[in-house]
This record gives sequence, structure tokens and C-alpha cells, in this order.
Amino acid sequence: MAHSGPMTDWRKARLPVIAFLAPATIIYTLFMIYPLVDSIRLSFYATPSGGEAAFVGLDNYRTVLADPDWAATFWNSFWNNMKFFAVHMLIQNPIGIALAGILSLPRLRFRNSYRTMMIMPTMLSVVIVGFIWQLILSPVWGVGADLLDIIGLKSLFGPWLGKEGSALITLSFISVWQWVGIPLMLIYAALLAIPDDLVDAAVVDGATHFEVFWHIKLPLVFPTVAMVSILTFVGNFNAFDLIYAVKGALAGPNFATDIMGTLFYRTFFGYQLQLGNPHLGATVASLMFLIILAGVLFYLFAVQRRLSRYQL
Amino acid sequence: MSNKVLAKGLAGALAASVALVPMMASAGELVIESWRNDDIDIWNDKIIPAFNEQHPDIKVSFTPTPPTEYNASVNAKLAGGTAGDLITCRPFDASLELYKQGNLTALDDLKGMDNFSDVAKSAWQTDDGSATFCLPMASVIHGFIYNKEAFEEVGVEVPQTSEEFYAALDKIKEEGSYIPMAMGTADQWESATMGFQNIGPNHWKGEAGRKALIDGSAKFTDKPYVDTFTELATWKNYLPDGYEAISYPDAQNLFTLGRAAVYPAGSWDISLFNNQADFAFGAFPPPAPAGSDTCYISDHTDIALGLNAKSDNAAEAKIFLEWMTGSEFAELYSNALPGFFSLSKHNVEITDPVANEFVSWRQECESTIRNSYQILSRGAPNLENELWNLSAQVINGTISPTDAGAGAEAGLAKWYAPHQ
Repeated sequence: MAHSGPMTDWRKARLPVIAFLAPATIIYTLFMIYPLVDSIRLSFYATPSGGEAAFVGLDNYRTVLADPDWAATFWNSFWNNMKFFAVHMLIQNPIGIALAGILSLPRLRFRNSYRTMMIMPTMLSVVIVGFIWQLILSPVWGVGADLLDIIGLKSLFGPWLGKEGSALITLSFISVWQWVGIPLMLIYAALLAIPDDLVDAAVVDGATHFEVFWHIKLPLVFPTVAMVSILTFVGNFNAFDLIYAVKGALAGPNFATDIMGTLFYRTFFGYQLQLGNPHLGATVASLMFLIILAGVLFYLFAVQRRLSRYQL
Repeated sequence: MSNKVLAKGLAGALAASVALVPMMASAGELVIESWRNDDIDIWNDKIIPAFNEQHPDIKVSFTPTPPTEYNASVNAKLAGGTAGDLITCRPFDASLELYKQGNLTALDDLKGMDNFSDVAKSAWQTDDGSATFCLPMASVIHGFIYNKEAFEEVGVEVPQTSEEFYAALDKIKEEGSYIPMAMGTADQWESATMGFQNIGPNHWKGEAGRKALIDGSAKFTDKPYVDTFTELATWKNYLPDGYEAISYPDAQNLFTLGRAAVYPAGSWDISLFNNQADFAFGAFPPPAPAGSDTCYISDHTDIALGLNAKSDNAAEAKIFLEWMTGSEFAELYSNALPGFFSLSKHNVEITDPVANEFVSWRQECESTIRNSYQILSRGAPNLENELWNLSAQVINGTISPTDAGAGAEAGLAKWYAPHQ
């Protein structure tokens, strides 16, 4: 017998389905998939000076990964990127979770003011954030040294943004300061979705606030934490703006703050007397894409499938 | 009804905007691409109005990009066909490559081109000199600007030799009320441009040493270059605390606020200092070691203007370029921008005393240009970028002068046959 009622007849619904999907598909293909595929295509070509672009197969990849100078630069930027990511994972996200946990306490005064203040830096332009922190940390004009002086630690102050050992970590902290609002917001929203009766039941059983958070709330928001992690990963490996705003594309001192984004920019567009090389630049970009893809696949297959979800 | 009106209005607005876009671009307005964003007022208030007095029908607009982004953005714009009509030319390879790619027009038949000497044109010619593709505008000279009041207060004289120079810096440091030298290494380029290329010519004997590097008879591991790095390494004793994180604008401000005695300068700093410093300042050339019979200065061919080969307004652009070869522009430019010295043969009177001081060194000393610019920055790794990194590291003390020389040489040997 034919179906009746609200069941969809897909043969009749085909046209509307296509019509609804088409705009997004077309726009996404035109502005995301096509440029991505084309930049990968670009990485298989090379242009000799004054000549026409010619297909060179994997030569560009061989240059970037096997030439000693290129490989050193590339892996240096890769490891710097890993450090940048590690600081965000180990500092930004735990702080975000902790702040979200505190904000969702049942009797907290000025909750909205705190929330606004914590999310505020996220809304600032990266260039402004870079500029403000350069001023704060400036050894000439900065308030950083004076603030440390108040608590008697002035001797610890140094030109952190200019030292090889500390420049990248300092920049990572600046980035954490700016972006901590994102994990905070996402996890806070997930925490709010937890029904009160679960918490009430635990409290009746004698659990403290901390125990409620640790044993009840946190396991329930793990899927969100995992999503925040993968967003952090993708965001960090695509990062460029803060480093460029503060240290320029040569990412000094001695490439201590060079990440893959700045390496790509320097290679693709050139810098000062160095002319841009779109083909090698596209190669670096494709390698960035592969690294991010590997990370996301690892997340999808190794992490996401093992997460237990609870129907609340 | 209202929907219909709205729809008609929207359609009208859309049609108007589509029609307006090409009109805006084709109204014969010349667009100048430049990295000199500091000069926007001078172009808008002085140079363009002076041009419009003679050619009121040609509209010109000056659209600069920040210096560090200029090359990348202009290359991308030229490739995408959205660049302005007139392209400010970096010296040597960056512009040569633009010419080879067919982005710049040869200007040899431009009227007034013979107002420029061969040396002036050399930075914007093909290697065989057969085509000139940019109109030379100006050179910049390196030296040291000093705070006259600070020198008087501490009781030091303008140094004549490098021994006197470092003795003076030591004395200023000991006295303690001024930072001896205002510079930082955060932006890296000052270390190379105001440091290495400023004091270097006295070590490598100007043009002789520069040409020797190009033909391969001298190497960065040779004494003159290592000596330059060694001298540079001593600068860290005179720089402000935390110089590793001090940027170029920080250093400029330290000097104009009167907190530093000496500032390693490019002559282009003069106009900013004229505006901001409320004390008298002077300049001296990089002092040579005692007993040297000649002094050498970096008199760098820095800036020129080329014609975008795909310009829709080529005829108007040529009129503008021809006007630029005249004495009026030379006079206007050299005086509106003290510190940029016209490369034309016109006899230009420079009214600014400090700029005049800089240009007077051309008589006493031998001129040369920065040694990394011609030919040597053609390959990868890029010599200019290497010198930025190495010079900053030498001052930071994270690499020895010998290793810095070896590093620069290794980079060059990687791709440049005369050094292999």
C-alpha cells in the first residue's frame, strides 16, 4: 500500500531538495573547493624566470621537504606551530573550561558582567591586540615592568617578545588571552543544557560543587570539549595574523616565531627583495592542508567515535 | 505595491552600481602605487597640485601600502590586473623581474630621460643596460644623526674616526643621562640597513668591495665583512635596555623625545625628526678607522617610478613621468622630502640643513649602494633577508661575527656560481 500521511516521497521531493541544497553547494564549491583544488594544482607547476609555467610533478614537494635549507625552515615552522597549539590546548582550553564551570555555578553574582568581560578580547581586532600587548610588554614604554615592580618581581621582566627563547611562548599567551572566550562560550552553553535535576540529585547525595563539576558536568560536556579541541587545532595551524602583526613576515628573532602561516606568506607573496614564488607557496599551503586534514581525520576516527554521549 | 517599488529600487541601485564601477576606473585618473605611506600628505598637498597647475585635466591619486607589504601586494595586483597606472619601483631585481614579466613598460624613449646619469639609471636597467624601465626618483644616504644638546651636555665632539666614535659612545654611557644609541633589533631590518650597510662600506671599501662580492673575488667570510659584523656586535653595549624588543618606531621616538644621543639613520628619517624633535640635531657620516685616507658612504638608489604595461591611461601617465624628469619636480621632491635626494642632473638647492649635511658627504666620500641589492638577492635563500636575520642576531649576541659571515656566505654559495 502506498504511504499516507507525513512520510516524504523522495521522488516528488527531489526538486525542492536540490533547490534548497544548490545555493550552499554552489557557493561552497566556487569559493572553497575550487580554490583549494586549484592551489593544489598550482603546487605541481613551476615558472622559470620569464618563462611559462610547466608541470614538474612532485618537484616542489621534494624541494620543501628534502632540500636542507627548505626542510629546516619548514620543520622549524611546523614545530613552532605545534608549540603554539600545545600552549592553546594546555592553557587556553582548561582555563576556558574552568571559567565556564565557575560561570555556571548556581548562585554567582555579576554573572553577566564577568561573562561580558571574559569574551570582550575575542571581539577585538588581532592587529589591536598585537599592538596593545606590544605596548604593555615594551621595555621602553610598557606598563609590564611597572606592574611586576608592584609585586616586587621587576627583576623577572625582560624583552620577552624579542628573545629567541620566549618570543613564541609570549605570542601564544597573547593569543590565549584573546581567544579564551571561544571555548568559554561553547562549554558554558553546553553546561547550561545540563538539566538541574541531575545536579540536584548529586547535591542531595552529598556531592560538593567541585565533585558535581568533575563527575557529572564535565563528562556530559566532553563532546563539546572535543569539538573545541579540533577547532583549536584547525585555528592554530591556520594562524598567521597575530605573528604577522607583531613580528612581521620574517618572524624573528632568527625565525623563532615562524609558523606555517608566515612561512606560506613569505614564500607565496615574497618579502622585501625576496620575490614571491606562487608554486612553492602553494606547496607549503598544500602541506598545511595535509597536516590539518591528518589531524582532523585522527580526531574523527580515533577520538570522536570513542566519546560516549548521553541523552539528557 | 511596496514590494514592487522595493524590487525596482533594488534593481535600479544594482544597475547603477554596475554601471558606476567601470566609470570610476576609466575617468583618466592616474593611480600611483607606493610604499611611502609617510609621504601621502606631501604628494596630495604639494606634488600633485603642482602637476595639476600645468595639467589640470589629469587627476592623480597616490595610494600607498605599508613598506613591508608593498612588494607582495603590488606583485599580486599586477598579476591580477588591478594595479595602479604608475608603480613605484624598488631598486634592482624586484623591479627587473616585474619588467621581465611584462608588467612594466620600457621608458628609454621618454623625453627627459637624459636628465639622469647612468649610475642613477643602473638600478632600474636590464643587466646589459639595453632598457630602462623606471624613472629614477631619489637616493637615500646612511649616517648617524646626533642630538646636539646631548653632545654639548656630556661634552663630546662630533667624531671623525671610528675610535673617537666609540670613545664618545662610552663617555655618553658613563655619564648616564642619555641612551648612547637608539636602535632595536625587533624589526630586524634596522640591524642590517642602518647597521651593517651603514658602517660596512668603510670596511669593504665601497664599490670595490661590493663588486668583488658580485664577481666572487670576495667572500662574506673575508676580513672586511667579519670586521663589520664584529663592529656591529659592540653596538649592543650602547643600545637601550631590552633592545631585542624595541621596534623601529620605538627607536625613532626615543631619539625625538631627547632620550638618546645618537641614532643610526637613513636620511629619510630627517623629515620625521624635523616634525617631532624640539632640540637641534645634526648628522655625521659613518666614521672610518683612524688613518684611512678615504671615507665611504651608502648612497643608495632607492626609489623610482615605472609605468604599468597594462595601464589604460598610458598616455596621461607618460605626461606625468615627463613632468617628473623636469627641474620643478626635482626641486619640489628634494625639498618636500628632505633626505630623499633627487637623482637627476638638475642643480637642486636643498634648504634643510641636516639634509644638506648628508648630501655634502657626496663630495668628501666615495658613494656606494647596499651590497645585497644588485644580483646577489636573486636566489634562495635571499641574501637581504639573511643579512637582516644575521645582523640582528649578531647584535643580540646569539651568533658570533665569524659564524654570521659564514652563514651569509653559505647562503650565497648555495645558488650563486661565482661563490661556489
